[in-house]
Amino acid sequence: MPKSARILVAVAALLMSAGFVLPLWRVDLIAPQYPEGLGMLIRVNTVEGVKEQDLNSINNLNHYIGMKRIEPDAIPELEYMPAILGALVVTALGVAALGKRPVLYVWTALLGAVQAAGLYDYWKWGYEYGHDLDVETAIIKIPDMTYQPPLIGSKQLLNFVATSWPASGGWALILATVLVGVAVWQTVKQRKAASAATT
Amino acid sequence: MVKFPSIRTLAGAGVIASAALLAFACAKRPSSAGLVGTDAAKAVYVAPGQHDEFYAFMSGGFNGQIGIYGLPSGRRLKTIPVFSQYPENGYGYSEETKPMLNTTYGFIPWDDTHHPALSQTNGEDDGRWIFINANNTPRVARIDLTRFETEEILEIPNAGGNHGSPFVTQNTEYLVASTRFSVPVPNADVPISEFKKHFKGQISFIKADEPGKMRVAFQMIMPGFSYDLARSGKGASNGWMFLSMYNTEQAYSLLEVNASQNDKDFVAAVNWKAIEACAQKGIVKNVPASYVHNYTDEFTREAKSTTLTSVPQFQAKDCPGAVYFMPTPKSPHGADVDPTGEYIVAGGKLASVIPVHSFSKMLKAIEAKAFEGEIEGIPVLKYDATLAGEVKNPGLGPLHTEFDGKGYGYTSFFISSEVVKWKLGTWEVVDRVPTYYSVGHLMIPGGGTMKPNAKYLVAMNKITKDRYLPTGPELTQSAQLYDISGDKMKLLLDFPTEGEPHYAQAIEAKKIKDKQVKFFKLAENKASRVARTEKETGVSREGRRVHVRMTAIRSHFAPDNIEGVQVGDTVLFHVTNLEQDWDVPHGFTIMGATSGELLIMPGETRTLRWVPTKVGVYPMYCTDFCSALHQEMQGYVRVSARGSNVALSGVTSRPQPARKAEGPKQ
Repeated sequence: MPKSARILVAVAALLMSAGFVLPLWRVDLIAPQYPEGLGMLIRVNTVEGVKEQDLNSINNLNHYIGMKRIEPDAIPELEYMPAILGALVVTALGVAALGKRPVLYVWTALLGAVQAAGLYDYWKWGYEYGHDLDVETAIIKIPDMTYQPPLIGSKQLLNFVATSWPASGGWALILATVLVGVAVWQTVKQRKAASAATT
Repeated sequence: MVKFPSIRTLAGAGVIASAALLAFACAKRPSSAGLVGTDAAKAVYVAPGQHDEFYAFMSGGFNGQIGIYGLPSGRRLKTIPVFSQYPENGYGYSEETKPMLNTTYGFIPWDDTHHPALSQTNGEDDGRWIFINANNTPRVARIDLTRFETEEILEIPNAGGNHGSPFVTQNTEYLVASTRFSVPVPNADVPISEFKKHFKGQISFIKADEPGKMRVAFQMIMPGFSYDLARSGKGASNGWMFLSMYNTEQAYSLLEVNASQNDKDFVAAVNWKAIEACAQKGIVKNVPASYVHNYTDEFTREAKSTTLTSVPQFQAKDCPGAVYFMPTPKSPHGADVDPTGEYIVAGGKLASVIPVHSFSKMLKAIEAKAFEGEIEGIPVLKYDATLAGEVKNPGLGPLHTEFDGKGYGYTSFFISSEVVKWKLGTWEVVDRVPTYYSVGHLMIPGGGTMKPNAKYLVAMNKITKDRYLPTGPELTQSAQLYDISGDKMKLLLDFPTEGEPHYAQAIEAKKIKDKQVKFFKLAENKASRVARTEKETGVSREGRRVHVRMTAIRSHFAPDNIEGVQVGDTVLFHVTNLEQDWDVPHGFTIMGATSGELLIMPGETRTLRWVPTKVGVYPMYCTDFCSALHQEMQGYVRVSARGSNVALSGVTSRPQPARKAEGPKQ
C-alpha cells in the first residue's frame, strides 16, 4: 500500500468513529398540521425524535393506521451495531498500520458487505413497520395502502410527506467509504506501476 | 394646527360648558375616512401565516381579564383570565384554579382590571411577567409570559379600590398599589360623615420579582384622598414613585362637584429608598391585617390560597423624607415620567394646561425647604418651585401621557377627543389628531419606560357610537392605531377590543415568542392525583367522594365507562392529558356539570367536581376538537340510587375487532 492510501484508511477510520456520536440517518415527516415537522434520528445504538417528544408523537399518530410502536429497546440490531462499527474502526486502523495490500482488499470487501447488510436491515425494518399493520384495531384502513418510508428520498404517506436521508454520521460513513475507495484505487495503481516497472 | 382660543374661559366655566363644546364639535365633525392615508392598509396588513411585530396586552376593564392583540394588525390572539372566572378554559371552575380567586371575602368570581404593567430590567420591558390590578376587591396579579397564565395573586389590605396600581420600578424591585377610595384603617363601623377623622389612604410597595414570593414590603398610611395613577421614577429619579391624587377636598358624597373645588390637587413624590432606610431603623412595624396570597405551583399546577395575618406599615409623617406633595391643577389623572426621569407630566382632567414638574427642581426645592405648608405632616412644595413648564392651550381634559424617547410627549384628551403631541422643554404643541371617540389612556410600546419603541400609538377610546356595525345597546370597545414614526401622527386602523381596556402595554414580539412553553412535561407533572400512563388510572371511593384518575389521549379517555357512582356523591374527575405535543389540548365535561368544563393542556392535570343529583347514565366527552376521531372521544358514567350495590368500577375496553359488513337485505 502506498503511504497516502494508508493515511486515507486511517482518516476513514476516524470518520467512521463519528458514527458513534452523530446520527446515521434521518426521517422527516411533514403534514399540513405539522408545519414544524416531526422527525426521527437513527443512531448507531438508538432511534430518537429530532425534538424530544417527536418519537412519542409519531407513535401516537401511528396507532391510527395500526402500526407497531417504534421502541428502540425492541430492535436488537441497535444493541450490536456499536460493536460492529467499533470493529470496523479498529480493523481499519489495523489495515492502515499493517499496510498490506491483500489485507486492504479483504477488509474493503468486508466493509462493503457490512454496509449492504446494514442498508438491507434498515430497509427490512421499514418494510415490516410499513406492512405489519394491526388490521383488527387500525382506525384508518385503506385497501392496499402500506406505510413503508423510503430508504432514501421522499414519499407521500396519507397526509404526511416522509423524507429519508443520511444524517451527519451517515455522510461521514459515506465519505469514509469514498476515501477507502480512493485508497484501493491508489494501491491498485501503484501495484500496476510496480509490475510495469519490473517487466 | 387647530386652536382653542377660548379654552381657559370654557374650562373656567366648568364641565357643562365643555360638554356643550363637545356636542358642537360632534355636529361639525369631519369624516375620519379622509384622515386615513392611502398606505394605511399596507401598514397594518400582516400577511397570512406572518406574525405581528408587537404583542399588546390590554386590560379588560369590567371583564376582569387581559386581552392579547397583535400590532399592527389589531388581531385578537387570546384572553388571559386573571380576576374573573373564564368558562372557556375552566379558570376559576376547576379544583386546581378556584383558589386563585379566593379572598378574605371568600371566592369572588369577578373583578375590574385597569393597568397592565410589564416587568422591567434596567428601565426596559423584559417580557418576563405582566402585572395587573383588581380595582374592586384590591389585589394585584402576576402573569407568567412563558405560559400566558395567571400564576400569583396578592390581596392588598387596608385599601379601597386598588386603582393606582401596579406600576413597576425600573428593575421590578417593587410595584405600587395605592387606594382610590380611602377607608377607615383598619376598616371599622364609623359614620361616613366622619370621613376626615377616620378615613385614610395608603400606598403599598409590593415585592414581586420572585414567583411565589409576592408580598407587601411596606404600606404607607396617607391622608384620606383618592390616589389615582402612578409612574416610577427612572434614570436620575430612580428610587422615587410619583402618584397623582384627587379629592383632596375629602368629599364623601357627590364627588363630581365636591371633589372638584380645589384649584390644585397633588402629585405625591414618594422616595422608596428613604422608606427602605426607615424600615432599617424599625419605623415600619408589622400590624395585624388579614389578606390572602394565592399561588399556582409550576409543577403541581394546583393553586394554594394562604391567609396572611400582618402587614409592615407606617404613618407617612413618621418617616421624614418619604413623601412630598407637589401641587398640581386640577384633579390630575396621569402622573407620567419621561424616559430620562427628569419630567413628571400631570394630566389634570379639568385643567387648562398640562403642568410638567421637574425632578431636579423638586430636589432643589426640597433642599431649600420651599414649602407652602404641610398636610398631616407631609410637606407641600410650592407649585412654582417644582414646575418645569406648562403646555398651553393643549386641548380639553388631559388624561394621560406617554413618550417616544425622541423628546416628545403624547397626551390623550378625553373631552376634546384627541391625541396631542408636544415637545418636552419648549412645551409647544406640534401636532394633534382626533380620536373616535373620547380617548382615555393611550399607549406607545415601552412609552412609560426608559426605552420607548415609538413606531405606533394606540388610543383606547371610551365611546364607540357609530364606528362599527351596531350590536344593540352595548357596542364593542374601540381602539385606534396611529403611526407616530414621522413628524405627523397618522391614523392607520380601528380595531375592536373586549371588555373595556383602560390601559395597555406592548412589547416587541421577539422578546416573548421564543420563550413559549409548548406543553407541560408529563415526567415533571407533580399533581396530587396525576395518572402519567393509562396503567395509573382508576376509580376509588373515600366515603361519599369518588376520585376518578383519568387520562385523555387522541382519541379516548381511560376509563371511559364508570359505574358504581351514587346520587349525592361528589365525583372528582382528575383528568391528565397524556399528549406531549404542541397545541393538543383536550376538553372534558359531563352532562349536568354545574362546574362547567375543563380545558387540559398537554401534560397537565385538571379536576372537575360533579355532584350527580339524579339516577341515570351520563355522557361525558372531549370538548376541544382534538383529532379526526374527536367525535368518538366520549364515555359514560352510570349513577345509581343511594345505597345501591353496583360495584365501583372504571374501565376502557380492549379494541374490538371490526364486524364483518353485511350486505343490504334483499
